[in-house]
Amino acid sequence: MNRKIKETGSDRAFNIVNYIVLSLFFITVLYPCVYIVSASFSSTDAVISGRVWLWPVEPGLKGYKAVFENKAIGTGFFNSIYYTVAGTVINVVLTIMAAYPLSRHDFVGRNVIMFVFVFTILFSGGLIPTYLLVKELGLLNTRWAMILPTALSVFNMIITRTYFQTTIPREMLEAAQVDGCSDLKFLRSIVLPLSGPIIAVITLFYAVGHWNSYFNALLYLKDRDLYPLQLVLRSILIQNQIDPNMITSEEDLVARQGLADLLKYSLIVVAAVPVLIIYPFVQKHFVKGVMIGSIKG
Amino acid sequence: MSYQEVTPHMQTVTRPAKKRRLLRDMAKVWQLYLLMILPFAFIIIFKYVPMYGAQIAFRDFVVSKGIWGSEWVGLRHFVRFFQSYEFWNIMKNTITLSLYQLIAGFPFPIILALSLNYVGNLKFKKTVQMVTYAPHFVSVVVMVGIIFQILDPRIGLVNAVIKMFGFEPVDFMGRAEYFQSIYVWSGIWQNVGFNCIIFLAALSGIDPSLHEAAVVDGASKIRRMWHIDLPGIMPIAVILLILNVGHMLEIGFEKVYLMQNPLNLRTSEIIDTYVYKIGLASQVVQFSYSTAIGLFRNIINFILLIAVNHIAKKMNQSSLW
Repeated sequence: MNRKIKETGSDRAFNIVNYIVLSLFFITVLYPCVYIVSASFSSTDAVISGRVWLWPVEPGLKGYKAVFENKAIGTGFFNSIYYTVAGTVINVVLTIMAAYPLSRHDFVGRNVIMFVFVFTILFSGGLIPTYLLVKELGLLNTRWAMILPTALSVFNMIITRTYFQTTIPREMLEAAQVDGCSDLKFLRSIVLPLSGPIIAVITLFYAVGHWNSYFNALLYLKDRDLYPLQLVLRSILIQNQIDPNMITSEEDLVARQGLADLLKYSLIVVAAVPVLIIYPFVQKHFVKGVMIGSIKG
Repeated sequence: MSYQEVTPHMQTVTRPAKKRRLLRDMAKVWQLYLLMILPFAFIIIFKYVPMYGAQIAFRDFVVSKGIWGSEWVGLRHFVRFFQSYEFWNIMKNTITLSLYQLIAGFPFPIILALSLNYVGNLKFKKTVQMVTYAPHFVSVVVMVGIIFQILDPRIGLVNAVIKMFGFEPVDFMGRAEYFQSIYVWSGIWQNVGFNCIIFLAALSGIDPSLHEAAVVDGASKIRRMWHIDLPGIMPIAVILLILNVGHMLEIGFEKVYLMQNPLNLRTSEIIDTYVYKIGLASQVVQFSYSTAIGLFRNIINFILLIAVNHIAKKMNQSSLW
């Protein structure tokens, strides 16, 4: 027991250092987020003169008012919800349709078909041929262009297949087959009810992917009414194109510029909020997804 | 597995009988094929048709003539790319950026995981995890928007600090020498938490009796970390590193493209952004030339992936996966 007391000295030092290291990580990640939120609630004047450090200065909602008055942002928001919901439904259905047969040992040809799928991770035709295909199919500048080219992710298909293989006991299938249960019925009434966790995981992966993506929209969409939120954000945050109409309430140029600066902070918050609101509830699913993904299929 | 057990019997069966048997096995699971139709059609149309279309890299593709009507020019587009004055610069940028990212990004998730693993206070641990995972879910556009705001020469936070100390503000995005660092470190900021998940899992898989034995022998926490935890997660760390080398040419194109501007183009032009620009975003679209460059990248990528998977497989024969 004497020894134990001696050790606590070095272990206590370790604990202190450990807490310092973790706090550094914590603050480094947290501070920029807090700063942006605070800036978004400050006055234009405080933002321009750089008086915001930690808490909102001269708090107000001017930035948010400007965000919500912007029509393009509203349209983009609606479009993004549309693409996310429709796209994710198709994604999940297709993923299960591919993953289940490939998880079955008695599926003749599974190795060949699996190879056909996996090969597309290793090699692809590239940007231009894909673009030409989408154009050829007449999908350019339609909502389908946001949904069909990404209708299935082979990576998600593989983790779903791994899940089926490891959680659905083969005896269960054999018992069901003896009772004359068809494959489709088995999938519907046995496999799917047991697959809640994996369906949650891939739904999240797909949904966040749809919500956050901008590049396919940039490639395939010309019509501004079809733009998803991320593309609207790009034109405001990155390209600095702010529709002058939305800040006509300000008379002089300086105030207008100031509002444009403030608006960006508010916009970042508004754009990040939908994902971050559901995030605490789904965090454990994501962690699970990473785990399943890391076990080789 | 059961297939291999069955095959010896099948060898004794005559060929037509074998075929019949195969057909019977296939017929038994016809509903599975039914399920497979749509996903399989998707893969063929949206993945394999573009691979077939990639042959325009060897032709002078003219839209009105179609793929087969366009003239075959062999490797001309490839040679043109290799001889172009941009070639070396683009290759250098692509490789240095991904190596930078690979090396700088390697230690931090491991440190975070080791550190989290020794926290007694569960509430603190959960809070740190919650906060450090969160930026992973922020979109590229918003992330780059955050970078621009924080580094803005006029109103940005970083320059506010610089000005406070009496220095001149720096236009970070306008200086080519800062581009790669901004790209890499903002990436680490965004993903360190999420990337540590896999190491946390590896740590929880370490046999607790090792730690118990070490405690009995009087090992301090720092020694246990060094001699038990670190060797415990090294196999995973090395494999991840190797696999990442395989993805070397696939840097986050979307982020690079958003961060680019004419002032930092010297260091920020990578293969993928170049392909996009000359292929689709420029005044004179050069489908074939652009496809050739993309194909060149994909072939190198393919070779790297195969090599790297081979090495990883050899290495992990006795390890975790």
